[in-house]
This record gives sequence, structure tokens and C-alpha cells, in this order.
Amino acid sequence: MSEEQVKNLEKQFEERIARDEKIEPKDWMPEKYRQTHIRQMSQHAHSEIVGMLPEGNWITRAPSLRRKVALLAKVQDEAGHGLYLYSACETLGISRDELYEQLHSGKAKYSSIFNYPTVTWADMGAIGWLVDGAAIINQVPLCSTSFGPYARAMVRVCKEESFHQRQGYEIMIKLANGTPEQKDMAQDALNRWWWPSLMMLGPTDAESIHTEQSMKWKLKRKSNDELRQQFIDQTVPQADLIGLTIPDPDLKWNEERQSYDFGEINWDEFWQVVKGHGPMNKERMKARVGAWEGGEWVRDAAMAHAEKQQERKEKQAV
Amino acid sequence: MSNKKNWPLWEVFVRSKNGLEHRHFGSLHAADSEMAMENARDVYTRRNEGVSIWVVESKNITASNPEHNGELFEPAQDKVYRHPTFYELPDEVKYM
Repeated sequence: MSEEQVKNLEKQFEERIARDEKIEPKDWMPEKYRQTHIRQMSQHAHSEIVGMLPEGNWITRAPSLRRKVALLAKVQDEAGHGLYLYSACETLGISRDELYEQLHSGKAKYSSIFNYPTVTWADMGAIGWLVDGAAIINQVPLCSTSFGPYARAMVRVCKEESFHQRQGYEIMIKLANGTPEQKDMAQDALNRWWWPSLMMLGPTDAESIHTEQSMKWKLKRKSNDELRQQFIDQTVPQADLIGLTIPDPDLKWNEERQSYDFGEINWDEFWQVVKGHGPMNKERMKARVGAWEGGEWVRDAAMAHAEKQQERKEKQAV
Repeated sequence: MSNKKNWPLWEVFVRSKNGLEHRHFGSLHAADSEMAMENARDVYTRRNEGVSIWVVESKNITASNPEHNGELFEPAQDKVYRHPTFYELPDEVKYM
């Protein structure tokens, strides 16, 4: 194809997106669109898969059967969300094996929030309330993104996600209204998860390298800073309601902006964790790679069994 | 790793309730059809989304190529006489 033909196709492509038309996997697309989508969708899928680890840590120690079935269902949903997203990603011509390889080798990233440890039961509350809360804010706009398979996967994810946040907040309510020790535990979890949750919404607009192109492709509908402000504005009253304190001395209602002003985020910490120096980066990858390698003989046996069954069927047919 | 056979890809279709058609829900990997069915149940119907599931190995689906959409679909575009509004009838005619 000549350069001019490609330019022409690109122009038509951008116009289709501007008209809110969806792009489907076999449609022509600029290489950059394909690569950007593989990167973002696989990061998203990896985050769901690695995101099971911090919570899996508490399934066997949930304080009641009610909490245990809820946590199990939530972690199972995350596996499901990872699978929806991996298969949506595969429609762009990358294999599941390549995707796993990128995760396991450290080439692909996943959400940094999962590199923090879950040290008490209250962390299950804080994760559901704050981490899933921030995830929902990030994900809802993606339901109308331009790439069809991603948008469809996100509709399912968002439908299922709201239970995650409610179960987390319910844990926090219970602890906040419990004994002084339980309330302290809830406050401690909020203290540890608040700032990482704010960072989850991405670097500030000034530092965000992908924003402009992503806006055009509807991979993003609002900037990171707008999403962060939205998260803070809706979460602060939820903390007030259950008598917990947001760990930010600079947090103050701004009457003029009808929004909360908030303190400086420690971006050095964010970049350290992104680069692999968070408290749990190594542990998470070790667990993930261990599970994949430990399961290899099961996958091979299942494949060998399937092939044997198929051969037997073919022989009988003769 | 490269000479190893990986679990193939399957497409999953779910009937949400009787009276509706099966609709494409997504895809998944499984060693055989039985496992594809079990995985489809766990991945796509955790909340009563369906009463019937079809799984089809993806390689068995023949898909049209969007680059050929012209030849394939345009012939239908100039056949307006296939639509009722093409025919001119006096306003007095009722029930038609």
C-alpha cells in the first residue's frame, strides 16, 4: 500500500470513530491503534488476574461464612474479568501464550495497587470500597470505547463490579461500628489504601503521555485528574458517614469549585512501585508464575486426554 | 514450548431465556468441548445469564472479510423495491 493510501485509510478510520462507529477486530486499523489496544487491554486483564492474589490471601481466614462466600465470588469474578479481557485482546491477533509470557517476564505491566500487602481483614473492606471504587470510575467510560470487543467486555465487567464495592464498604461499616480495636483496624486500612487508590487513577495530566491519542480513540473519556477528583468527591462523604478520617490534612471542601481540594500525591512512590520496587512486586510475580508453571502438567494432561478421545472417536467412525 | 499444543479457542453462545436466540457472549480456551462447556458456564453464566449454551471451536467458523463488504452487501442497497415504502398508494387506502 502506498503512503497516500494509508493516509487515506487513516483519515477514514478517524472519521468513523468520530461518528461513534465501533471498530471490529477484522476491520482495517492503524498499527498504532492495534498496539495501543493490545497494551491497554492486556494490562487490564493482567490487573484482574494479579488482583486475585491480595484477596486470595484472606479467603481461608474470612471472619464468617457470609464474608467468605462473598469474597470467593468476588475473586471468581476477577478471574472471569481477566478471561473476558484476554479473549477480547486475542481478537487483535496476539495469542494467550504471548500475553502470559509478557506478564511473567515483566514486559507487561499490571495495576501497581496490587503490589501492596493485605495485612489485616480490614484490607478486604478497603480494597472493595476504594480500589474497586476507583476501578469503576476508570471503567465505566470504557463501556463506550471505540473497539467493539473491549466495549462489550467492559459492559459485563461494570455490571458485575458494583457488588464488589458494596461488599467492601459493608465490611468497613461493620468494623467502624465495632469495638475500638475493630474501628482502629478499619482506619488503619483506610490510611494505607487511600493514597495508592488515588495513584491508581494514573499520573497527573501533565505527565500522562497517552492521554491525547487515547481521548481521540475513546479509550479515555475524561483525564486522569478529572477522574481522580470525581473519586475523591464521591468517596470523602462515604468515609464521613461511617466516622473514618481520610488521611490527608490538606483535604478541604472548596465552596467555589464545589469539590474537595486535596494534598500532594507522592509520585516518587508511584513510580518506584511501577518500576518494580513496591513491597509485593516480587511476591506477586512469584505466585503468578508458580501457579502457571505448577499447572502445566494439568494443562498438558487435559490436552493429551482430549486428543486421545478424538482419535478413539475417529477410529470408531471408520 | 513451541512444539506443544495449546488449548484451542472456543466461541460461546448463550440463550438468555427461552424465546430468545443464542447470542455470542465471548470466547475461551479449553482442551475439548466438554471442558469448553464447563468453562463457559463458569466464565459467562455466573449470574443466571442463560438457559442454554453452545460452544463452537473458533477454527470452524467462516467469517466474511470486511474488506469485501462492498461486493457482499452493496447489491442490497439499490433494491429499494424490496421495501414497502417503495410503492405509491393513495392515502384513502386503509389497512395496507
